[in-house]
Amino acid sequence: MNNLMTREKWQTIKSRYSIYLVLIVMIIVCNLLNENFLSPRNISNISAQISVTTILAFGETILIIGGLLDLSCGSVLALAGVLSVYVFKETGSLSVAFAVGLLVGVLCNWVNGILVRRFNIPAFIATLAMMTVARGIALLFTKGQNIYQIGDYVWFGQGKIGFVPLPVVFMIIIGILTWYILGHTSFGRSLYAVGGNEEAARASGINVGRVKIGAYLINGAFVGLAGILLMARTNVGAPNSGQGYEFEALTAAIIGGTSFSGGLGTAGGTLAGAFIVGFLNNIMNLTGVDSYLQQVIKGAIIALAVGYDMWAKVNRTRKTLGAAKTSNERKEAKV
Amino acid sequence: MTQRNLLEVRHISKSFPGVKALDDVSFSVKEGSVHVLCGENGAGKSTLMKIINGIYHPDGGETLIRGEKVRIDTPIRAGELGVSMIFQELNYTPEMSIEESLFAGRWPKTRFGRVDWKAIRERTLKLLAQENLPYDPETKLKDLSISNLQMLEILKAISRDADIIIMDEPTSSITNKEIEILFEKINDLRARGKAIVYISHKMDEIFRIADEISILRDGRVVETRPRDQFDIDQVIALMVGRALGQGYPKEEVARGDVVLDVEHFSGPSGFADVSFNVRKGEIVGFAGLVGAGRTEVMRALFGLDAHTGGTVQVHGKPVAIRNVQDSIRNGVVMLSEDRRRFGIVPVRDVKENVTLASMRQFFRKGRLHKAKERRKVEEICGRINVKMASIDVQVSTLSGGNQQKVVLSKWMLQDPDILILDEPTRGIDVGAKFEIYKLMTSLVKEGKSIIMVSSELPELIGMCDRMYVMAGGRITGEIDRADFSQETIMRYAMNIVRKAG
Repeated sequence: MNNLMTREKWQTIKSRYSIYLVLIVMIIVCNLLNENFLSPRNISNISAQISVTTILAFGETILIIGGLLDLSCGSVLALAGVLSVYVFKETGSLSVAFAVGLLVGVLCNWVNGILVRRFNIPAFIATLAMMTVARGIALLFTKGQNIYQIGDYVWFGQGKIGFVPLPVVFMIIIGILTWYILGHTSFGRSLYAVGGNEEAARASGINVGRVKIGAYLINGAFVGLAGILLMARTNVGAPNSGQGYEFEALTAAIIGGTSFSGGLGTAGGTLAGAFIVGFLNNIMNLTGVDSYLQQVIKGAIIALAVGYDMWAKVNRTRKTLGAAKTSNERKEAKV
Repeated sequence: MTQRNLLEVRHISKSFPGVKALDDVSFSVKEGSVHVLCGENGAGKSTLMKIINGIYHPDGGETLIRGEKVRIDTPIRAGELGVSMIFQELNYTPEMSIEESLFAGRWPKTRFGRVDWKAIRERTLKLLAQENLPYDPETKLKDLSISNLQMLEILKAISRDADIIIMDEPTSSITNKEIEILFEKINDLRARGKAIVYISHKMDEIFRIADEISILRDGRVVETRPRDQFDIDQVIALMVGRALGQGYPKEEVARGDVVLDVEHFSGPSGFADVSFNVRKGEIVGFAGLVGAGRTEVMRALFGLDAHTGGTVQVHGKPVAIRNVQDSIRNGVVMLSEDRRRFGIVPVRDVKENVTLASMRQFFRKGRLHKAKERRKVEEICGRINVKMASIDVQVSTLSGGNQQKVVLSKWMLQDPDILILDEPTRGIDVGAKFEIYKLMTSLVKEGKSIIMVSSELPELIGMCDRMYVMAGGRITGEIDRADFSQETIMRYAMNIVRKAG
């Protein structure tokens, strides 16, 4: 029995922390390939580069755990960003602009949540519709033109606390927040249950609708923040920005071990997933890999990472089932 | 005429993780005869039939068809060998028509590879005429009743020239009138020399239809005899392996006030004018056939489904139940019959599953009290003896019985006054069953009340203080422990069925 326990624990540890192992191996390999890789400057650059999509990825993680999804985050990010920039140019107030950005993100995702909860539209389709609508509104509002000369607004993207760029600070704060929500609140517990088995969650007295709306609202705030940061980083209110970001975010979440069947995923995993993608992009650039080839490699790595994850999980389940069987047989033999 | 064995199995064994389903089972069916296989739920009947049909593979033993040793590794192979199985739960494609479904997977083709609909129509009409069935070949399956679907399955078996037909509890969800039609058909098949394996645990049916009876208990064939050498009492005694009502850890507890009073409860899911009450310290049973509406009443009472009329009083106070939260607040919880669907979150660990319904106890002032959570979960899982390596393992890796105990732990953590247990022992092994019975006894001793819904009469008779019997969505009888008997219960359970049918 003791032996069984330790083996099972080891299996759990291995499957729970395998993603960090991959990250460490990756850092070592990258460092061997290029000596500049681990320089503070390079690491800081990579962190700033991935900050916006990583914040989106934290939102996606929360949603996917709950059996949901957001395809609209790239578009909503653009809408929240341009409206926030516009408000800043009109009022000159950073705090009002910041609030507007968050509010737009939250509102759009409130609509996502209502579509999913009240009208039972699958999350994939509801947010696909929002993706088109939000992009359209952003373009309508700006008449398709970029908003230039955004002045002090750039502080959000280019300011620093100590030597750490502000977007990275925000990324860390959002990461900690996600970690706290998922692991330390009853909302987080409910979310895992809703994603893992919605009907069982309802039969346990969990208000499933409220959990789903809550997940979208949190995601909305993250998306709004990401919009503000992106506009500020690129020094322009661009209604066309953020295209395809939803897939970057999904990629980070999935590489980080978030299960598309719901009920599984962690903030730490997603952060690791985001860094794995970031490091990969960076090392391929540093070593001069052809940019078209880069896409092929990235795609292959995603398939590999998820494939390994699934394989490890299935394997683990089989092993524990086998172990349960033998222990039962032993018991029977005793009787 | 000497009858030869069409189907014979010898020394079949099969184990699943944690349970030995079949142990050295031998069994045979002669041509032109009906061999009834009976036994309690979980005795191994369905497992044996699934082996004969190639769905499961035995760990040991051999199968002979028409005297020849065969290896049946898929249902397709079983079909080729002339074995046809009619399942208890029919799987069908609702949008298919009768003729499409009859020839599904083996539609005759024209020279150009198109499906030959003309041939299908011809053959369908011929078959329907031959079997004397008044169906239209174009009727969609979704418009057929369960018994008609069953008849269609039999037709399918005949059209495939199957001469070994296995029926797994075919009468579990059809009316008495329909049972008569089915029995006529079975007599007809027998006269034509087919071998029929008929699985059931309903005594009246068994004695009407059988030529031979075999009794399975705990994965073993305990007795095989021709029908005329058996009587009902012997069969029941052999099935349960003990006299009824014995072997249950039942203790009579002093009954207190009425804690739950339900009046004229009706709902759209198929029950009407249901009135009953439950006293403190009482185990109240709900008996009835499948589809009698017992689960539906309980789901509505628990707030999982809507109800349209009636009143519910808990501790003498009227309560409104709009959702599960309302029900839990009133101290009423429910263990669902479908554990995988409504009970567990398989990908999460034991700890999270157990605290799922009572998170308020552990999340205070915005943070999780981890140590308290672990202590409580370990305490409660220890009390009901959940076998697991630790509370951090995924629930999906536990056996059915232990999963059930995890769901029970979840509700016990709530410290409810009234527990609704819907088929609490379905699909779990004998040892775990006994532990759940013991737990039920200790709960009522603490002054809690239990509503127990079950399709296994022996356990209802063994555990309950009082019993309501339902049929056709209504309560048809109330019986006190002193008057419990299988016959009385079955009479109430079938009463209304006859009127409705």
